[in-house]
Parts: sequence; structure tokens; C-alpha cells
Amino acid sequence: MPPTLLHTKTLTHAGLWSAVVSRGKTLRLTDLEGGANVGVLLYNADLTVERYNMPDTLKAQHIARLTTGFVLYSDMGRILLSVIADTVGWHDPLGGTSNVHLVEKKYGPSTYQESRNDYPKNGRDSFLIELGKWGLGPRDLVANINLFSRVDVSEDGSMTFVPGNSKAGDSVELRAEMNVLAILNTCQHPLDPSPKYEPRPVQVAIRQVPVPATDDPCRISRPENGRGFTLTERYFL
Amino acid sequence: MSTTTISGKNLIESKLSQSKAIYRHEILAGEPWIRELRKGQYFRIVDLHGNQAVDTLFYNAHDYSDRYSAQDTIQQQRNIYLTAGTKLISTAGTLLLTIVADTCGRHDTLGGACANESNMVRYALEKRHMHACRSSFLKAITEWDHGMSKRDITSNINFFMNVPVTSEGKLTFEDGISDPGKYVEMRAEIDVLVLISNCPQLNNPCNAYNPTPVEVLIWDSAL
Repeated sequence: MPPTLLHTKTLTHAGLWSAVVSRGKTLRLTDLEGGANVGVLLYNADLTVERYNMPDTLKAQHIARLTTGFVLYSDMGRILLSVIADTVGWHDPLGGTSNVHLVEKKYGPSTYQESRNDYPKNGRDSFLIELGKWGLGPRDLVANINLFSRVDVSEDGSMTFVPGNSKAGDSVELRAEMNVLAILNTCQHPLDPSPKYEPRPVQVAIRQVPVPATDDPCRISRPENGRGFTLTERYFL
Repeated sequence: MSTTTISGKNLIESKLSQSKAIYRHEILAGEPWIRELRKGQYFRIVDLHGNQAVDTLFYNAHDYSDRYSAQDTIQQQRNIYLTAGTKLISTAGTLLLTIVADTCGRHDTLGGACANESNMVRYALEKRHMHACRSSFLKAITEWDHGMSKRDITSNINFFMNVPVTSEGKLTFEDGISDPGKYVEMRAEIDVLVLISNCPQLNNPCNAYNPTPVEVLIWDSAL
């Protein structure tokens, strides 16, 4: 069964967006112009106290980046999303999101009154607005991922944003292994040194895809992920 | 205050005398500990036997929804390792505490806390019974009885733990760089709630496969 396209939407103006992507569907994101960043928070839509866990994701797979074959773990040992396709090669799980102080310092003070819908938005407030629509709030603001962005870590631990990581047309496809509440925005990466406020447009597509096979690349990428798939399947027995 | 350099890190000793501490407590391996610190108090954790991971969360004592954020902390200092000089930042951008002394050299904030479920993924499905930090956290916040729940258990600090990241984007758990008697000391910049799990993990080298006690000390001021 080939993937079936169910819905598309283009995110502009920092792209505040949230939706439930149910088990067996994918979220396919495309960087339309290059240089995009998509901040993402993830929850079990059926019971949101279960949510994406950065450390569990990193240490189960011994990674500090995300690309094809890796999965995103909840705090309950289950897999929220699998990265089933990626033309970028590196997505950032470390850098976090921006807040109002950082954005004002970088791009200067601005208001809606003055700039209308082009006023500079920040990641933290954007997350909180979308979280609020689902009855969630500051207690649910956990570590996020930044799709399309790359942060290098040197031997002494210093973090460097790598410009130009994602090109126009690059895409990443994430398959929901649970019913996932995804909270997104396209605010610039907090470590992006560009002094210009210009969140890039990103296309979101929801697709129906086949059930992961026993030899699914994400499942067999390492024994830990095999156990993660088993625990996820047990949840849906 | 004296400083020496080991493996490229500034090691900064404290000038506080143990005899002036207003509180001392030994936390056995596998036990939680929860207590408030007032603004201006100094808080030290001593790795009594060496190579013991101390999983730690901090909260604004007046608003637990404003809590330690691993990502905000490493983003603000642009470095993934915590050491003397590191400002511990909350999810709302509040400065919670500053690390003022450190004889270990660096501490982890990416490795998170172990849980029954993460042990099943990482090691074997049969490991669910093994005691884990997030169980200690849940026990402690239930007994604390201030309305906290699993929603409040977020990415923590692992004092004395060594989790290097490579330039290829790999993350590894290495043998500890701590030794018996090494310590880290912080100044509370606002009133904070401290929640610790002295890690019971037996499946990886974070505790040298032998979890041991640590000591916590509190001083009222630097004088």
C-alpha cells in the first residue's frame, strides 16, 4: 500500500500549529526555502502526562542528533515517532527554544500594535499558546526538538549552530507509533546567530502509511528500539 | 579559594568550612531527598565514595511550574557541561542557582534519570523490577504533598556523571571522572526546592556498578 496523502498545510509567520497525528500516520515536513527550524513538542494524545523525553531518546540510541532510523521516546519507554525518511541528515535535540528576552535582544523590541502579524514571536510563548489549547501549560513545557537545525558539540562541550544545514526542498517524515499530540512552531533556532527575524515557511503533510514490518529499519536499527517497539505494541493490545 | 586545572577545567574549591554548616545529611544510594533552600544559602553535594551519580531537580519554591531546564541552561552558556560558573536556568528563564565551587570538573544534564521503563528499553524487558531514580522522585513528591506529579519530573542534572557528546553527534556513558570526596557547591539565587535521587542504577558505569552514599550540606551564607 503506497502512502496516501491526507492533508497539507503551509506554516508561515512562525507557524504556530498543533494536531493529533494518530498511530500509523506520518507527519512529513518540508523546508520550502531552506534554513527552516521547526520546534516540536510531543505527547501521548490519549494521556498527555506521557510525553517526549529527550534524555531517554538520546541515551537509548547513544545519539545527540536525529535522522532516519532513530526514534523519539516517551518517558514511559514507548515510541512516539519514528524517523522513517530524512534528506537533511541532522536534526537538533539539544538547543531548546527561544524566549521573549532572547528574541527582543536579537531582533529588537516590537509589538503587534506596530508590526501586526509580522511581530517577532518566540518559541516558549508559541509553545505555551498551542499547549493551552489542549489544556496543557508550563508544567508540560519539556525539552523540545528542533527539526532542520544542527548544533555541533566540541570536545570541551561548547555548542555551535551550523548555518545552512537544511536546503530548499529538504524534508523529514515522522511516523506516529502512538496517537501523538504534536505542538509545532517555526520560530528560528535560539542559537541561530542571524540578526534578522525571518521564520521560514514549512509545509506540513499528513500521510497514511503501511504498518511497520518486522524488519522495519527503525525497529531493527538497534536492540533498544526493538524493545521500544515491543513496549509500544503491548500498550495497544 | 584556590584553583587548579585538570583536563582543561578550572577546579574551584570552596572556602566554606564544614563546621559552619547548618545542615548535614547522608543520602544512601537509592534514596530520595527533598528540601527547600532559601535565597542566599549555599548547598554542597559531596561524592563520598566516588563515581556516584546524583540525579537532581530544582524548582522555584514559590511556583513549581517554573523549574530547572536542561536546555535553557546549556543554551544560555552554550556548553553542555555544568561546572563552576554555570548558571542553572529555569523554564521561565529564571536564575535558580549558580555553581560556585566544583572539584570534579564537569557534570551532565543530558543523560536524564533512570526509570523502570527506560531500563526495559536500554537493557532488557526483564529489568522492570530494578529500583530507579524516577521511582524515587515519585515517592518523594508524593510524600512532599504539595500537588506535584509526574508532570513535574523533567530533565535533571546528574552531578558527578560523565556523558560526553562527540563531534559526530554520538552520546556515550563513560566511567566517572569523580573521586571520593569530590564536591559541587551552589548558591541559591532565589528560594528553591531541591529534589534528589541518589541513583540506584546497576546496569551502567554511571555509579561504577556500585551505588554509594553522598552527603548534602547547607550553609546560611558564605561567611
